[in-house]
Amino acid sequence: MDVMPKWAEVVLVPLISLLLAAILSGLVILAIGEDPIAALKLMIDGALGSTYGWGYTLYYATNFMFTGLAVSVAFHARLFNIGGEGQAMLGGLGVALACLFIPWPHWSLGLLGAIVLAGAFGAIWAAVPAYLQAKRGSHIVITTIMFNFIAAAVLNYMLVNVLRPKGAMDPATARFPEAVHLPTLHDILAPIGISFSKAAPANVSLLVAIVACVLIWLLIWRTKLGYEIRAYGHSESAAKYAGISPVKITMIAMIISGALAGMMAINNVMGEAERLVLNATEGAGFIGIAVALMGRSHPLGVFIAAILFGFLYQGGAELALWTSIPRELIVVIQALVILFTGALDNMVRMPLERIFLALRKGGN
Amino acid sequence: MDFFTLIQILDATVRLAIPLLLACLAGLFSERAGIFDIGLEGKMLAAAFFSAAIASMTGSVWIGLLAGIAASLFLSGIHGLASITFRGNQLISGVAINFLAAGMTVLIAQSWFSQGGRTPSLSGAERFNPINFPGALTTTNEVKAASPLMQVYSELLSGHSLLVYVALLTVPMTWWLLYRTRFGLRLRAVGENPAAVDTAGVSVVGLRYAAVAICGILCGIAGAYLSTALQAGFVKDMSAGRGFIALAALIFAKWRPWHALYATFLFGLFQALELRPDVIEAVIGMKVQGQFLGALPYIMTVVILAGFVGKAIPPRAGGEPYVKER
Repeated sequence: MDVMPKWAEVVLVPLISLLLAAILSGLVILAIGEDPIAALKLMIDGALGSTYGWGYTLYYATNFMFTGLAVSVAFHARLFNIGGEGQAMLGGLGVALACLFIPWPHWSLGLLGAIVLAGAFGAIWAAVPAYLQAKRGSHIVITTIMFNFIAAAVLNYMLVNVLRPKGAMDPATARFPEAVHLPTLHDILAPIGISFSKAAPANVSLLVAIVACVLIWLLIWRTKLGYEIRAYGHSESAAKYAGISPVKITMIAMIISGALAGMMAINNVMGEAERLVLNATEGAGFIGIAVALMGRSHPLGVFIAAILFGFLYQGGAELALWTSIPRELIVVIQALVILFTGALDNMVRMPLERIFLALRKGGN
Repeated sequence: MDFFTLIQILDATVRLAIPLLLACLAGLFSERAGIFDIGLEGKMLAAAFFSAAIASMTGSVWIGLLAGIAASLFLSGIHGLASITFRGNQLISGVAINFLAAGMTVLIAQSWFSQGGRTPSLSGAERFNPINFPGALTTTNEVKAASPLMQVYSELLSGHSLLVYVALLTVPMTWWLLYRTRFGLRLRAVGENPAAVDTAGVSVVGLRYAAVAICGILCGIAGAYLSTALQAGFVKDMSAGRGFIALAALIFAKWRPWHALYATFLFGLFQALELRPDVIEAVIGMKVQGQFLGALPYIMTVVILAGFVGKAIPPRAGGEPYVKER
């Protein structure tokens, strides 16, 4: 029997970890001579106070849903995919190729094509480390880190030497044709009478991300494959004994993970920038780690954590605009969240377990 | 390509390889004791900032160096707490440390100096300046005209900062410590089979904390070298992936000190060549993409990891927290 009730495990531990991260972030803001309460107010106002703010919050959240889900699926098979960043970069390349070289008649078909190509590119970029882990025993964390750097070099090469239009100075592709411009939330909500900011980048990809959350939930908890992935994650030897092939599960989990990370590109490349630029991912692949840890690798948790991080991102941008607090504050908060919900998990859990144990003894 | 160009490139190789070497040896201590450390990058970055910042404030590079080491040790302490005491995930802790350093350095730099996340440039006693050997020529024109032997002496051997020579000395010292002392034997044992060390009555926790602390000190020196010797001041994200190249070099070297020297110098050579595309073109007769040279350490590491060129087997207990039997 578990020491702690389930609600404590699922809600209390992450909440306390989050609280610790928030308190430390507040202290950091105090230490650099700013007012944490005023900063929080400004963030809430900037990120949630208008449909413009919401539009940015949801735009960032869409990125993080994809990368968070990517890290989660790998986590379920006890694989740590640090390569979301590189996979998302390659996904961007897939989206750019789909949008630039195929004359789509309508954005919806273009979106489907972009999803397929972005997913395929991301999946391939994850499949190589997965194969090396499954067949050659090379540690997936190291190889995915290396693949991030290789992806950056590939993208740099493609943008500077291949995809850059003639005469253009900056390393970026040409603008995507009008036909593949995705409808923004403004376009979607206007027909049903809700006015939403026109300038904000949140777009139809958000709905794709939500569908992805549901599908991943179905996959992990309602299918045989999901069961096998979880079984493998809990105990490799038990899974092997039950006839589950480690090679197959490692490959499949990583391919799904890579495809999800790659699909992020429909949001940032196709939906927002409408061309592929260097550093299009802006670290979203790494934020996926924080999102997955905070969301306890559950799609619903990932959804909520992604929106929280979307809020932090947009709020942080507002802070950088109006105060002297640089944007890097968000990186610090992200680090603290990863530290407390991921690495120092037991620091919160051990004392809690002791408390619950004492309570139970007292009850008897 | 003339001889002088070759010497120049080798000289650049030394300068660029030193931070890789120090970080690689740092990782070696940690991983040999069974603690994975992907936070080398963050520790270097934090040390680079605090060295430059404190050196600039006090006017003494030595106090700066100590501050850098202290900052790196602090992050090592977090890593130790997370991965040894609380038996957390060492990889996740490393990721957190990298982000913590990336964010905090800019935040503090902005708060202290208001120069967009950098420190003021350092000069004079605020830096580790080049040490010129007796009789060494100092100006480029003089060296160019001298004999090949004199060129090697003046350009390649002389004229580096103190930390370069210190870093080179740490290689034999690491070898001696690991393979010729009792502490080294125990350290290696704790990374292979901690239960055996525990049975022998030696503290696993103590040994691992010691290894993580040594790792912190070496990363601290590496960071200080970046901002006070290689360059004159801190700029945002100045470690630029060196911690990960060092990690790659560590695998390349298969966790052995002398091989770490060779691996980091090889990767340092790639970095030096990346800066001189004209030389590569002249030597092999065709243009090599700079991006390819930049990615080469990572590609080579993947190939090595895949076991196509000799298998790299990490310490057996690496990455796993030790739980004492009850």
